[in-house]
Amino acid sequence: MSAIAPLRSRAEALAAPFPALLAGARHLAASMAAGSHGRRRPGQGDEFWQYRAAQPGDELRAVDWRRSGRSDTHFVRQKEWQAAQSVSVWVDPGQSMRFASRASLPRKADRAAEIALAASVLLIHGGERVGLNDHGLPPRGGEVQLMRMAQALERDLSRAPEYGVPNAREIPPGARALFLSDFLGDIDGLRDALTAAADRGISGALVQVLDPAEEAFPFDGRTIFESMGGSIRHETLKAGDLRDRYLDRLAARKDALRALCAAAGWQYTLHHTGQPAAPALLWLYAALERVA
Amino acid sequence: MLVLGPLGFAAPWLLLGLAALPVLWLILRAIPPAPIRRRFPGVALLLGLRDAEAQADRTPWWLLALRCLAVAALIAGFAGPVLNPDPREPGSGPLLVLLDGTWADARDWPARLDRATQALAEAERDGRTAAVVALTDPPAGDLPFRAPRSWEGQLPGIAPQPWQPQDAPGWAQGLEGDFDTIWLSDGTAQDWRAPVLAALQARGEVRVFESARDVLGLAPARFEDGAIALTALRARTDGSRGIVVAAHGPDPNGIERELAHADALFEDGAGQVEVTLDLPPELRNRVTRFEVEGVRSAGAVTLTDDTLKRREVALIAGRDDREGLELLAPTHYLEQALAPVADILDGDLDEVILANPDAIVLADVATLPDAQARALAEWVAGGGLLVRFAGPRLAASEVSRDTEDALMPVRLRAGGRSVGGAMSWGEPKALRAFRDGSPFAGLEVPDDVQVTAQVMAQPDPQLSERTIASLTDGTPLVTRKPLGEGQVVLFHVTANAEWSSLPLSGLFVQMLERLAVSTRAARPEAAELAGTTWRISDRLTAFGRIEEAGNLPGVPGETLAAAAPAPATPPGLYAGEDRRVALNVIGPDTALAPAVWPAGVPVEGLAVTRERPLKGWLLALAAALLAVDAIASLWIGGRLSRGGAMRVAPMLAMALGLALALPGGTARAQQGDPQAETDEAFALAATSETVLAHVLTGNAEIDRIAEAGLRGLGDALFARTAVEPADPMGIDLERDELAFFPFLYWPVSPDQAQPSDAAYARLNAYLRSGGMILFDTRDADVARFGQGSPAGRKLQELARPLDIPPLEPVPEDHVLTRTFYLLQDFPGRFAGNDVWVEAAPPDAEAVEGMPFRDLNDNVTPVVIGGNDWAAAWAVDENRRPLFPVGRGFGGERQREIAYRFGVNLVMHVLTGNYKSDQVHVPALLDRLGQ
Repeated sequence: MSAIAPLRSRAEALAAPFPALLAGARHLAASMAAGSHGRRRPGQGDEFWQYRAAQPGDELRAVDWRRSGRSDTHFVRQKEWQAAQSVSVWVDPGQSMRFASRASLPRKADRAAEIALAASVLLIHGGERVGLNDHGLPPRGGEVQLMRMAQALERDLSRAPEYGVPNAREIPPGARALFLSDFLGDIDGLRDALTAAADRGISGALVQVLDPAEEAFPFDGRTIFESMGGSIRHETLKAGDLRDRYLDRLAARKDALRALCAAAGWQYTLHHTGQPAAPALLWLYAALERVA
Repeated sequence: MLVLGPLGFAAPWLLLGLAALPVLWLILRAIPPAPIRRRFPGVALLLGLRDAEAQADRTPWWLLALRCLAVAALIAGFAGPVLNPDPREPGSGPLLVLLDGTWADARDWPARLDRATQALAEAERDGRTAAVVALTDPPAGDLPFRAPRSWEGQLPGIAPQPWQPQDAPGWAQGLEGDFDTIWLSDGTAQDWRAPVLAALQARGEVRVFESARDVLGLAPARFEDGAIALTALRARTDGSRGIVVAAHGPDPNGIERELAHADALFEDGAGQVEVTLDLPPELRNRVTRFEVEGVRSAGAVTLTDDTLKRREVALIAGRDDREGLELLAPTHYLEQALAPVADILDGDLDEVILANPDAIVLADVATLPDAQARALAEWVAGGGLLVRFAGPRLAASEVSRDTEDALMPVRLRAGGRSVGGAMSWGEPKALRAFRDGSPFAGLEVPDDVQVTAQVMAQPDPQLSERTIASLTDGTPLVTRKPLGEGQVVLFHVTANAEWSSLPLSGLFVQMLERLAVSTRAARPEAAELAGTTWRISDRLTAFGRIEEAGNLPGVPGETLAAAAPAPATPPGLYAGEDRRVALNVIGPDTALAPAVWPAGVPVEGLAVTRERPLKGWLLALAAALLAVDAIASLWIGGRLSRGGAMRVAPMLAMALGLALALPGGTARAQQGDPQAETDEAFALAATSETVLAHVLTGNAEIDRIAEAGLRGLGDALFARTAVEPADPMGIDLERDELAFFPFLYWPVSPDQAQPSDAAYARLNAYLRSGGMILFDTRDADVARFGQGSPAGRKLQELARPLDIPPLEPVPEDHVLTRTFYLLQDFPGRFAGNDVWVEAAPPDAEAVEGMPFRDLNDNVTPVVIGGNDWAAAWAVDENRRPLFPVGRGFGGERQREIAYRFGVNLVMHVLTGNYKSDQVHVPALLDRLGQ
């Protein structure tokens, strides 16, 4: 529990200034779960919608006797059809996320989990249902879900891949998705996932979390660069020379991500662990509220 | 051991490792710096990037050189390099460890014993027998060569002696057998060294060890110009060196303590330095020894004997001085004879007896008042020496005519006699040779001493035994009788040349000496001491300590007179019948010089070895180079990131700074001359406005009061007069220019430091150029001026070097009484009467009809009093008085008068005798025709 409390409390603290978030929903009809999005037509829900004259076939217990007593006909009380939006969050479990260039900086995974959980807190307060992709947590509502998510995010997957790849198949159709990763690995996996998501009417947001060192490449001299898992390595005799070319490649990767998002109707932002998390959450708030 | 020039190597074969350096160079050159492993998630983006240039795959040449140098230093370091190696080879055969054992050894005696111990240890290692011998105490017979270990227990028993070796060459030449010698010399030049060295070299190899420390000596004290002069000697003359010479003796309670000390500085190249100690007679007569402080050696101690004790002699003349006829004055020749060797007291007989001098001389004093005669007789009976000279008055008087006067040794005939004169028969009489038993025995009688007149003794039974000198015709010239513990001596002639030429001759001085009226100037001659026996009472050890001598046999006087310190005549204090003679290690003619050894004899220091192993230095160099290499490697390998460089840079700077600071901090910031700037600022501050100044005494409280007092006085001046002084300033006499200040207030405190000579020169210049100093002893409440309060004595001490004219208490008509206010007295916080100013010229007279005299034409340079004026003037920041003065209204009145005195004083300083010039007003008006 001691490992959970910090993440949960950090996320709650991060989310505290924000009002509850209702994720923008477009195809809620496909999502059969009851929730807080009013459909402007009668259906299942808690809120009163209208009275209508009882028709044959209406169940007797559906008759609102108080209203009926004031007239000659029987009336049935109808409620507004309410449905909840499902949001599927994917936090990259890959080992590359466990990097922090300085001890004073949080690991990328920590920052991503913090942002993700904060967004989840806001969503659940708004009555939405949130789930964790890749962790076997389908979207659900309620505070208990938050606890499960926090536990799942804290769990260290020891045999995680070097670079995580999102999986769109577990996301319910029409739901919203939120992917947090450094997206430094092979971009093909992501492209497949986004394509599949777009096919199933899933829209969402990408948050690329990068360490400042990954942006600056402050290295020099003879160096062997290794991936976090150690499976990939690259040796150079003069690291300083590689800086410009590395930065070019990084910019190209960001451009590719933006292009992918634009094509799939997703939204993209870049977050550095050297910066506070709140701006990223604010951006997320706006991005998830919007109906794409 | 391999020796290359001044370098030796203990393990030279290790140097072969240097041959491997080129190989090392090649290896190091081929190995690029090791890469750093870095975890970096962005590595995926790096895959496929090729290095544009391969720069750092080869170690740079300077790093290679650094490493090779470090390794070379390591190799050379472990090879055991030694600077100035001592290629000592183990000797064989017996070893003689020879110590001088003189007083000059004493100072370094433990070091010498250590060296001897080491020599014994070496001998033991080499399997040699050894003998330890001190030249001052050589063993009789053959040298006692034994196992070195057996000597170690005996070493502490060998002690230096306070004399030089006796017949060392004879002893050395009597040695037999072959042996090597280690000679621990005391480092002074002695004439017996060369023969001893030759004798030892005939027996085997001789090595000499000398201490690096200088040998110091102190020659016997002597009188020069009324002060004690000491000559300190040293053997080596290179470099300057300061010493402290201290005088020791019993204090009034009989406790031995330091009575005085003086600093002296051996100039570079000077082998001796003169030290002068000007002590009051009281103190001087108590001194028992002088010594160079901090030197444990008999040579640095010189005992004093009677030659240093100056007697106090009172001269009383029966006739008034006739001015201008000094040669006829009764005491002129006595003064001439005694002044160099005794302290002469002047004054009335009453006062003189109170001072209890050693001798009183009455020159032609006939009758004494009864009271004085009784006191005098009492003083003589208590051990005094009364010397009387005859003269016309004595001859004419009735003293000791019928009955013997207590203060006369014989009865006198009336009138005396005159021989050889124009009106008399016979020739002037000469002196008869002194007979044995007379105190003058042995003195040469010059032919030209003639007596033309004398008073005649009545024949009495005791006359012959009381006569200690007589004329050729047998009439007594000098008679003497004991009185109690003292004696009365009568010279039957005058103390001047009227009756005889005795006072003109050298015999006169010698006779006075013999009578112990005066002190002898030099050591007693052998002839003079002949037949006497002297017993040593205090013995001087080689370490310069004074010990009870115990019962040693007496020494004949003639031996003692010519004696040098020796076992038979150890240095110390010898007591004779009525005087004491000191025998010192260093005589008046002793010279100290460093020992000179022939070129072939190796001379080494006492230090155990002067070899300097360089191993540590080389290893340290290697470590430093490796440290530099580590940093350089980090830098080459890019491991000193920018942040890292920031962290390492201060450490490097600190290390460099430390390295640079160690050689002694010679780098001193050179700036403009700040002294000149402060001087200029000081001059501007002092001269822009009138500034009252006070002398800084070093006592913060007194200085504060003085400043507050001058502030208060300044306020009063500002309010009442045209003088508008600025804030007062404190003056450091050693540093500050005085010429800017019209007036100095100098509070005297007993613990004040004496200003330097330069400061006195400036003070005198200041006084001569019209400055004024107000001395305030601040003790008028407890002491009247000049009556020996501590501050009063301090004032006398402070003012002695000052050029101060004769003083007098402020006369009623002094201009100070009317420069601004009309004042009769000058109180401060205390209302003492005595305020002294420059005395009026003796011919100052009041002009008819004028209330005051026409006095000095300038400002009195000093005003001296003790009324603590500053305390009366002192105000705090709120202009409230700091100290109470008196009580009630009377006190306030006193403060007011004190302010008025201050105003008058400043006015006097600034306007001089302007108010005195009022005497001329009638004449001026008259001249103007009104």
